[in-house]
Amino acid sequence: MRYHTPSSFEDASAIAAAATGVTRFLAGGTDVLVQLRSDLVTPDDLIDIKQIAGVRDITRRDDGSWRIGAAVSGAELAEHEALIAEWPGVVEALELIGSTQIQARCTLAGNLCNGSPAADSVPAMIAAGATVNVVGPEGTREIAVEDVPTGPGMTSLRPGEVVSAVNLPARGESGGDAYLRFIPRTEMDIAVVGAGVSLSRDGDTITAARVALGAVAPTVLLVEEAGAALVGSALDDMALAALAKAAEAACRPISDKRGTVEFRTHVAGVLARRAARIAYDRAGV
Amino acid sequence: MAFDEEMDEFKVVGTRPDRPDGIDKVTGRARFGADATAPGMLHAVIIRSPHAHARIVRIDASKAEAAHGVKAVVTRADFADGLEGENWNILENLMAGERALYDGHAVAAIAATSSLAARDAARLVEVEYEVLPHVTDVDEAMQEAAPVIREGAADGSVPAGMHPNVVRCHDSGHGDPEEGFAEADLVIEERFTTEATHQGYIEPHACLGTLGPDGRGELWCCTQGHWNVQKVCAALLDVETSKLRVTASEIGGGFGGKTAVFIEPVALALSRKANRPVKLVMPRADVFRATGPTASTSMDVKIGMKKDGTITGASGVFRCQGGAFPGAPMEFTAMCAFAPYALKHVRQVGYDVMTNRPKQAAYRAPGSPMAAFAVESVIDELCNRLGLDPIDVRLKNASREGTKASFGPSWDRIGLVETLEAAKEHPHFSAPLAEGAGRGISCGFWFNHAGETAVQLALSEDGTVQLSVGTPDIGGSRASMCMMAAEELGIPYEDVRTTIADTATLGYNEISHGSRVTYASGLATIEAARDTVKKLCKRAADKWGIDAEAVEWRDGCAIPSGPNAGDFDPMPIKEIAGRMGQTGGPIVGHFEATPEGAGVSFATHIVDAEVDRETGATTVTRYTVVQDAGKAIHPSYVEGQYQGGAAQGIGWALNEEYIYDEDGRLLNAGFLDYRIPVASDLPMIDTVIVEVPNPGHPYGVRGVGETSICPPLAAIANAVSNAAGVRMQDLPMRPSRILEALKARS
Ligand SMILES: Cc1cc2nc3c(=O)[nH]c(=O)nc-3n(C[C@H](O)[C@H](O)[C@H](O)COP(=O)(O)OP(=O)(O)OC[C@H]3O[C@@H](n4cnc5c(N)ncnc54)[C@H](O)[C@@H]3O)c2cc1C
Repeated sequence: MRYHTPSSFEDASAIAAAATGVTRFLAGGTDVLVQLRSDLVTPDDLIDIKQIAGVRDITRRDDGSWRIGAAVSGAELAEHEALIAEWPGVVEALELIGSTQIQARCTLAGNLCNGSPAADSVPAMIAAGATVNVVGPEGTREIAVEDVPTGPGMTSLRPGEVVSAVNLPARGESGGDAYLRFIPRTEMDIAVVGAGVSLSRDGDTITAARVALGAVAPTVLLVEEAGAALVGSALDDMALAALAKAAEAACRPISDKRGTVEFRTHVAGVLARRAARIAYDRAGV
Repeated sequence: MAFDEEMDEFKVVGTRPDRPDGIDKVTGRARFGADATAPGMLHAVIIRSPHAHARIVRIDASKAEAAHGVKAVVTRADFADGLEGENWNILENLMAGERALYDGHAVAAIAATSSLAARDAARLVEVEYEVLPHVTDVDEAMQEAAPVIREGAADGSVPAGMHPNVVRCHDSGHGDPEEGFAEADLVIEERFTTEATHQGYIEPHACLGTLGPDGRGELWCCTQGHWNVQKVCAALLDVETSKLRVTASEIGGGFGGKTAVFIEPVALALSRKANRPVKLVMPRADVFRATGPTASTSMDVKIGMKKDGTITGASGVFRCQGGAFPGAPMEFTAMCAFAPYALKHVRQVGYDVMTNRPKQAAYRAPGSPMAAFAVESVIDELCNRLGLDPIDVRLKNASREGTKASFGPSWDRIGLVETLEAAKEHPHFSAPLAEGAGRGISCGFWFNHAGETAVQLALSEDGTVQLSVGTPDIGGSRASMCMMAAEELGIPYEDVRTTIADTATLGYNEISHGSRVTYASGLATIEAARDTVKKLCKRAADKWGIDAEAVEWRDGCAIPSGPNAGDFDPMPIKEIAGRMGQTGGPIVGHFEATPEGAGVSFATHIVDAEVDRETGATTVTRYTVVQDAGKAIHPSYVEGQYQGGAAQGIGWALNEEYIYDEDGRLLNAGFLDYRIPVASDLPMIDTVIVEVPNPGHPYGVRGVGETSICPPLAAIANAVSNAAGVRMQDLPMRPSRILEALKARS
């Protein structure tokens, strides 16, 4: 195994592009090292991105949008009050990951690029309309988060491509987001279902909404019908029922040791409703 | 009552000093199983069957043996031949013979110069299997179509006509339950099931062993009983017992699971072949797949009750699955089931059933928690339907001193009624319940055990004391031993150091199991201290020139027993110790016995739970344990046992289970999907120590470590059932199961 510490994303990308064996980027390492230890993945090239300047910066741009460096940890995000004020759902989703020790390391980019359909921060990022900046052999591009995962453990990133930052749009007036997951325990577990909701209000009326579901399909899903079910409503019972129905309809889960198809589908509707209520209340203040 | 009054005069017993091993454990100085090394040490890996049931056609290790760094490979042929009984079972379990009997069953082992080399070489061992039909479910294993795990394994207790997988049967009781049911106003009969759960100790099994060509060996291992390890290793390797010295490491949890032997003979066999020390540390997945979880069960319980709450009759059938070997604790399940109640008509039948699962091992009060789940659920349902108070009903039917136990004997002095009364008076029992919450009550019973015990107490020249016991400290027992020795000798707690001696240092000590340590090693410590006191008094008597009988021991000093004995100043222990070389040599007290009189213990638990009706998730919101300790030597560690039993019970009741796929492979061999509770899953667990002294111990001690896990499954199930409005009869009550039950009702 070769361990690399490039000082730029261009160099990181070049190393990855030139590599012929198994390649992994090392952000927090909370997936990579566990996979290594349990003999699941033994990389030939391990490319640590944490030496690159600016990877741990959180920046609010003039237009109100945010840039979160690829190596910002859950603990760092959770201490950023201005970001929490605007995107509490994204922060709480990343904060759910693991324990205090894991929080000191885990990242949004790692959670996304690991490609798990149950990744907690991904539904929240998708609901928020987040994008990632990607540096590759052919230059840079920006992709919507929902376009990154393509299947369990797989992403649309091309060989040599590396995520340099996560972007969150400007929150704007009267917006709120929330993320909820269902696990049989209270901590240290994998989402059986996850639901992220982000919405904007004009008075009591919802003007825009995005709903994303985790762990109910091979990838995290953006459920456009579920968002549409909320728009124009004041989150009355009918809208909530329509939301739940759209969420359930989008589910294509598997039955496994963590939950059955029926259970996951039912709970997806429940969590979508509950997350929508929280997001709605947050948008109101 | 003189005995009870004596109990109030303790100076050290009943206080809460810091545990002597505390600093070592929080600073990392304590040495656990995997913390040992030796020069030239090899690392071992065990190769395990991926099949639930398969004939081992061929094992070809030639490529592995030729691999870099590999020093030895062992298979079944490297162990003793011609073993019988339980020794054969243990060997067959830790190294398969002709067939692999469960997913994870060991088939070969490798020792190499590094653990990486051993792991790489393990992949080179070629094992050819012929896959056979398998069965993992207890009820299926009893059906005609089920594959036979081992022909001829049943003993004479099994009624004719039963499936060969039923290998032992227990049948006891008195009166005629049918007559009792006829007298009842309401009879309820239901079926209950529980899944296998693992003890879930955080420290995996680990050992470091050396066995030379001369047949002499040393073994360091993480165990609840090193004399047992010594005995088993000697038999399985065909060496003489006393040539193998075994030292117990600190232990990171056992709960019964480390009373069994899984890896030590393998390390020693590899060492003998390689002539090098061999270290073997079990990966977590192996711990789940190949060490003993507890039995899974299927149980039918029938109870009749009058409108006034009198139980008129009770019967139960308890089927326990203990893996591919005899030994599921069905007799305990049956005997504990109705033990809390004084019944005129009662019968309990137990079946020990073999399946293609790992060999079950003891887990805190083996068999009892499941029985309580079934019985106490039916009692709760009877109380609900007859509109009766669950504690009053239990008080009305409670076993008391002199009543005949459901399994035969008459009860000695017991404290069940006292726990029920304390529970009734506890603010928890009368606290208002939140909307949608439910409350559950359950009693529980465990026998407790005494066992062979040897202790030695040696005086140092400065008057401090070195106490050697042979029972590994799995729950703070060193603190309690120091306290009992200090109490007897009249010296400060800090002046006693308790060590867990190795097998070469003391006589045979039975395993730390059966909640026996504070009882039996405690009793032996007290007796060894009394033996020491006699010797101390003799030295003082010699010095004073009076009879030894005329000297008494008080507050750490020898004193003349009365004015007639003479007028001498008290002679402190330090003074006697300082001169012992010149006054007759070292002063050592000791005690060896198999005590009788481990008092049984009862408990009553109160649980509040809330159920999320949309997701089926349960939150345990309040928990109170009330248990009879006889006498709490160190109340904090008694409370710790109570809380630990409740915490493990919460896991067992709500989320823990062995999950098998249709090929009989274990799907959740790790802590991610084998869900023991995390701290945030638990409420603060409140405890009440009831003290009804055990006449069989000088201070009244009863074992406390196991009874605490007997009531939780039932108490939690009753709380959840009352919250959800639907009776939960299958454990674990995972969210999907609760949601299905709610759906089925509406
Ligand atoms: C105890 C424990 C508990 C956990 N609990 C949870 C949980 O509750 N919820 C949850 O969702 N996850 C959980 N995880 C998984 C893990 O912590 C998260 O997925 C985490 O966000 C991964 O981030 P990381 O920075 O550590 O990723 P890493 O391990 O560094 O990388 C993960 C993957 O992403 C790739 N990668 C990393 N950075 C980049 C980049 N900049 N560009 C391209 N590819 C990249 C790597 O090549 C690798 O494939 C847990 C893990 C542990 C060990």
